[in-house]
Amino acid sequence: MTFDLDFFLFQILPYISLAVLFLGSIVRFDRDPYSWRSKSSQLLRKRQLMWGSVLFHVGILVILVGHAVGLLTPIQVFDALGVSHSFKQVLAMTAGGIAGVFCLAGLLLLLHRRLFDPRIRANSSFADIAVLVLLLAQLCLGLMTITVSMHHLDGHEMVKFMEWAQHVVTFRAGAAEFVRDVDVIFKLHLTLGMFIFIVFPFTRLVHIWSAPVFYLFRHQYQIVRRRES
Amino acid sequence: MSYFLDRLMFFKYNREDFSNGHGVTSSENRKWEDAYRGRWAHDKIVRSTHGVNCTGSCSWKIYVKNGLITWETQQTDYPRTRPDLPNHEPRGCQRGASYSWYIYSANRLKYPMIRKRLLKLWRDAKAQYKDPVHAWASIQADEAKRREYQKVRGQGGFVRAEWEEVNELIAAANIYTIKKHGPDRIIGFSPIPAMSMISYAAGSRYLSLLGGVCMSFYDWYCDLPPSSPQTWGEQTDVPESADWYNAGFIMMWGSNVPQTRTPDAHFMTEVRYKGTQVVTVTPDYSEASKFGDIWLNPKQGTDAAMGMAMGHVILKEFHIDREVDYFDDYCRTYTDMPFLVMLEEKDGQYVPGRMVRASDFTDGMGQANNPDWKTVAIDENTGHVVVPNGSIGFRWGQEGRWNIAPTENIRLQKSFIKGCDAVAPVAFPYFGHIEHQYFNNSRHDAVQIRNVPVRKLKLKGGEVAVATVFDLLCANYGIDRGLGGGNVASSYDDDVPYTPAWQEKITGVPRDQVIRVARAFADNAEKTKGRSMIIIGAAMNHWYHMDMNYRACINMLVFCGCVGQSGGGWSHYVGQEKLRPQTGWAPLAFALDWARPPRQQNSTSFFYAHTDQWRYENLKPANLLAPYADKQRWKGNLIDCNIRAERMGWLPSAPQLQRNTLLIAGEAEAQAKDPVAYAVESLKNGSLRLSCEDPDHPDNWPRNMFVWRSNILGSSGKGHEYFLKHLLGTQNGVQGKDLGAEGAKDSTEVVWHDKAPEGKLDLLVTLDFRMSTTCLYSDVVLPTASWYEKNDLNTSDMHPFIHPLSQAIAPVWQSRTDWDIYKGLAKAFSAIVPGHLGVEKDLVLAPIQHDSPGELAQPLDVKDWKRGECEPVPGVTMPSMKVVERDYPNIYKRYTSLGPLMEKIGNGGKGIAWNTQHEVDFLKKLNGVRDGLAKIETDIDACEVVLSLAPETNGEVAVKSWEALEKITGREHAHLALPKEDEKIRFRDIQAQPRKIISSPTWSGIESEHVSYNAGYTNVHEYIPWRTLTGRQELYQDHQWMRDFGESMVVYKPPINTNTVMSMLTGRDNGHKPIALNFITPHQKWGIHSTYTDNLHMLTLSRGGPIVWISEVDAGKVGIKDNDWIEVFNTNGALVARAVVSQRVNEGMVLMYHAQEKIVNVPGSEITGARGGIHNSVTRATVKPTHMIGGYAQLAYGFNYYGTVGSNRDEFVVVRKMAKVDWMDGEAAE
Repeated sequence: MTFDLDFFLFQILPYISLAVLFLGSIVRFDRDPYSWRSKSSQLLRKRQLMWGSVLFHVGILVILVGHAVGLLTPIQVFDALGVSHSFKQVLAMTAGGIAGVFCLAGLLLLLHRRLFDPRIRANSSFADIAVLVLLLAQLCLGLMTITVSMHHLDGHEMVKFMEWAQHVVTFRAGAAEFVRDVDVIFKLHLTLGMFIFIVFPFTRLVHIWSAPVFYLFRHQYQIVRRRES
Repeated sequence: MSYFLDRLMFFKYNREDFSNGHGVTSSENRKWEDAYRGRWAHDKIVRSTHGVNCTGSCSWKIYVKNGLITWETQQTDYPRTRPDLPNHEPRGCQRGASYSWYIYSANRLKYPMIRKRLLKLWRDAKAQYKDPVHAWASIQADEAKRREYQKVRGQGGFVRAEWEEVNELIAAANIYTIKKHGPDRIIGFSPIPAMSMISYAAGSRYLSLLGGVCMSFYDWYCDLPPSSPQTWGEQTDVPESADWYNAGFIMMWGSNVPQTRTPDAHFMTEVRYKGTQVVTVTPDYSEASKFGDIWLNPKQGTDAAMGMAMGHVILKEFHIDREVDYFDDYCRTYTDMPFLVMLEEKDGQYVPGRMVRASDFTDGMGQANNPDWKTVAIDENTGHVVVPNGSIGFRWGQEGRWNIAPTENIRLQKSFIKGCDAVAPVAFPYFGHIEHQYFNNSRHDAVQIRNVPVRKLKLKGGEVAVATVFDLLCANYGIDRGLGGGNVASSYDDDVPYTPAWQEKITGVPRDQVIRVARAFADNAEKTKGRSMIIIGAAMNHWYHMDMNYRACINMLVFCGCVGQSGGGWSHYVGQEKLRPQTGWAPLAFALDWARPPRQQNSTSFFYAHTDQWRYENLKPANLLAPYADKQRWKGNLIDCNIRAERMGWLPSAPQLQRNTLLIAGEAEAQAKDPVAYAVESLKNGSLRLSCEDPDHPDNWPRNMFVWRSNILGSSGKGHEYFLKHLLGTQNGVQGKDLGAEGAKDSTEVVWHDKAPEGKLDLLVTLDFRMSTTCLYSDVVLPTASWYEKNDLNTSDMHPFIHPLSQAIAPVWQSRTDWDIYKGLAKAFSAIVPGHLGVEKDLVLAPIQHDSPGELAQPLDVKDWKRGECEPVPGVTMPSMKVVERDYPNIYKRYTSLGPLMEKIGNGGKGIAWNTQHEVDFLKKLNGVRDGLAKIETDIDACEVVLSLAPETNGEVAVKSWEALEKITGREHAHLALPKEDEKIRFRDIQAQPRKIISSPTWSGIESEHVSYNAGYTNVHEYIPWRTLTGRQELYQDHQWMRDFGESMVVYKPPINTNTVMSMLTGRDNGHKPIALNFITPHQKWGIHSTYTDNLHMLTLSRGGPIVWISEVDAGKVGIKDNDWIEVFNTNGALVARAVVSQRVNEGMVLMYHAQEKIVNVPGSEITGARGGIHNSVTRATVKPTHMIGGYAQLAYGFNYYGTVGSNRDEFVVVRKMAKVDWMDGEAAE
């Protein structure tokens, strides 16, 4: 175990970023509930929003689910199910690549709209623009990893990331050792990802926590809240 | 505790379905709901209003939460009206509702501010001189230092200052000015006291105690209709808006009721459901147009032509072809129509002269008292000449006969058509032939000879032909009465002035519409006994010949017996806002409790002279005359007329004398002479001069100016660029040249200086709550408490209630109430004045006042003492003069206590006087006593003074005042107030609920359970005379100057040519086509004048900056598209704005709403190279000689009653698209 930059980035930073992400979100939710919103600009201008937003959200949701399942599912589960690493690698590259293109198209539309529509621009904060730029950078890095992955289609590199992620979330030491020798593109992708976690509670990204998916599963039409006892 | 934790309720999820699973109950945390509950929760509600220049006077609930103003909503607790009359509430509009935005906005003034250069000079001088007065003197003595701060006025450079420091500076400047130049060099401008009476009174009390000058506003705004005093001897007494609901026929003539009388408009829309017909008259398709059953759109500025054509129809069909009994009786009793006018013979024809007086008869008709002022008529029963009661000669010097009740067995003869001695050809002036590039004229002769039935009377000077006013009027209107002769019409289709066919060419309105409306108007009045009403806006009053527009309408009302009848009459609602408790307020406001008379000045003449607009005047009196007037008498310029008027005691003067008025008494004493006699003698031999004769001489400049409750430079200041150039001496956009050598040659009275002064004012101090345009140009800006932070009183002519402004929160930041600001100045003044000024004797000049015995000064003709035509006699042939004691070290004590003159002389108003000892005693108990006088420490103390002294708010005083009037009229009136004798309205009462005022003889309407307030009501129903020459409604103006200018009866006069565009149409090419258009400035929707135009809410509802409306046709001609930046300019200056291209506007004019601030979104001008400009950058005031008349019954001066008015609608501008929009947002050079 060496206490170098890699150690900081992949052993310490993950906890800092996750702590900021969760604690920051909770504090903001509690202390400043009126700011808890997606800051939609649909009222200001619909143009470009429909295509941009849908493409972006479809893409990013597939990517996020892919990352979560791919990284956090214990390797033994894949083994038990008989999913080979190589198959998983190709699946990740294909599905991620397609979703990534969707997401990229959407992001470019959104960013263009935000920067060049005068009304939207005038109503944008620094953070609104920065979030789009950060996501775009992260997406590009993610897409670039596909070219790196072409060189190891057997999936062994991917296993490193699974090990790393699973070590991190289970608070085991030595997580950084798994990714110490991966391609720099991956390192940048991971680092930027953690940076996005850090800025998350301070931006409109918090709306992710409140994505209104519960409505899909609620079959009653009317909610009556009981008087507090 | 925590929203987050509360949502984690996996163990108490406890959901239950109901209604077959369609609903579900849950136990989620409900704390978030408190946010919605708390959103509208508040700690308290306080009653206040918006003290803005608007007649609304709406009571509002002001909400306070955590010590902050949060919002406001309309009050709905006005006292009820009566069955079958809608209530007044809710009153208010979008502008008032947005007000609370201001309080904490960035534009709010938070600290005293001072021009940095001036502060530096001041501190340097203070370091050098210990005495602040010497320090100020050292700055003023050095022209370079003076110019150093003057020339950057309006260009930023303010720094924050402390109250103590600025108070000392202002007081030092005042003391220096009084000592060096005289107290009348300190002037103060504040408008419309009714909107916040105590705030007005604070400044005017301070100024009046110093001997400073309070400036008028109503005339300067040009909202003052001179036609009102001309006709009625009263200024703007009008029906309350509830009386619209009693009308049977309404004409909205140039008044945009829904847009500019928003809280009152409901009465107009509601009465339509009763079947009342509404006719709207506006040149453009305004918001009011859609309420009209008929919409008439005469070309702007030609309303008089249409009004006269309607008068023609009414006279012909309802007075001549068929005589309606009601109209006939009304006209005999309440108008001057039966009175006799002398016809003067000139070149073989007759010209209408002055009215016959009792003194014209050898025996004086047995009248010993004021026979010169008693007009005569003929009794139809006997054929004898009689002197009817009620003419102005009966008002003064005798008791019991000043009333207009018909005398038994006497019936005044209205017309000589049956049994006349002769039919005489009489010359009437015609002005409709005058050519104007942009207005149609008709080719009729300048002199219209028409036959009039006359009688011959034996008078002192021999036999004289006389005619009744009615017969002259019929001839004036061009009606054929079968007397032969030309220039009269037997058919409406004749092209003779003033038929419906004739007006068609001038106004563009089809003749049949004119005939139809005139008939309906009169027919309704006949059936309802006068319930036809004209709601009239200032629009028509802003033309140079506004009297003609208004008198054309007034005549229609009088012909039909509408004035003084419930639901009828003349409803002019602009700019005055009835100050209901006026007689209680005046002593406080003008310090009449300490010294009388106060110095008051008519602003139009003042600014015309002192912003040097007169130097650019190209309109000559000689060009305005009636054809038969003596042109020799009218040489010179308009300012020469004004100087003559001041000299003859007609108009006030400020500054008054070319020597310090404090020195005169001393000089006289040194020679053992009476000060007044000494002053008269010095004026006569020329060793002393009136300041007005040389306005550009440094000895005659105004030196200190206070502006409060006003944005004169951003709103009402006509000739804005001339203000900047000459009064302030700073960057300006004046494009034209002054008269130069021509000016010197043509002037008969004024002294011409080849070089015009720049920077007359030493110090400009403005009090405001927001950084207005005026503040930007000031030297010192004092932050005042806004309308939710002070206690004050508010009334309006639109409703009969008095209600308060209340302090909902303490004044924010370092702001103070106006009362406290001036109190602080008085304190600073008193502290540093010892050693400079003590108890001084001040010679005060005052014009001959209306409603005083002096109004009988100059009965028959015009004589100028300076030309040797008569002797100078103060108060008779020249201004009255009085020595007044000023106790300068005790200014503060005087400011804060009610002085002894209330007990010594008493109180009164409008020619009625009463003892007010009882009220003074009451105030001593209520406010407390200091040095034997009632205290006035706080703004609430001041409110109580007003409420206690005024008949309108103290029933006991009301009864006293009616009883005082009874002595003069000889009739019983006290019944109007007796039921309310014990009612005393106090400040806390009106905070609880608006209170209806008590009927008082100050006003001509009454408050009762049976009728709404309507002007002229007591004249008609109590037989109290109008305060005019005949005591009746005066349709014939017989003053010499009126006759010379052809306005003894109403005529149509086309707009004047101001000569400001021709030279600007060429030579300044920017690649876009220019077009010359008429410049119209109506009241707007998103502001009350300039207030609210910098309010974010209103900016958002409008276009967020200055706009000018232009027709599609004109815009198309010069390639202007909607929202283009355009420049509007002429020789007066330039302004920039965005174009609103609209079908609403008719061809030939642009509309620029009055008044849009210079401080929001105004780029630089291509023409001037300076920032933008405002609507007044392209205007220049032009005065009219007939408004200068004084010393003559109803045409005697009164503050905000009569005088020159600042007209502006005859102005033309060049409009073109801008090539380059320069925001000028670089660094300014310091």
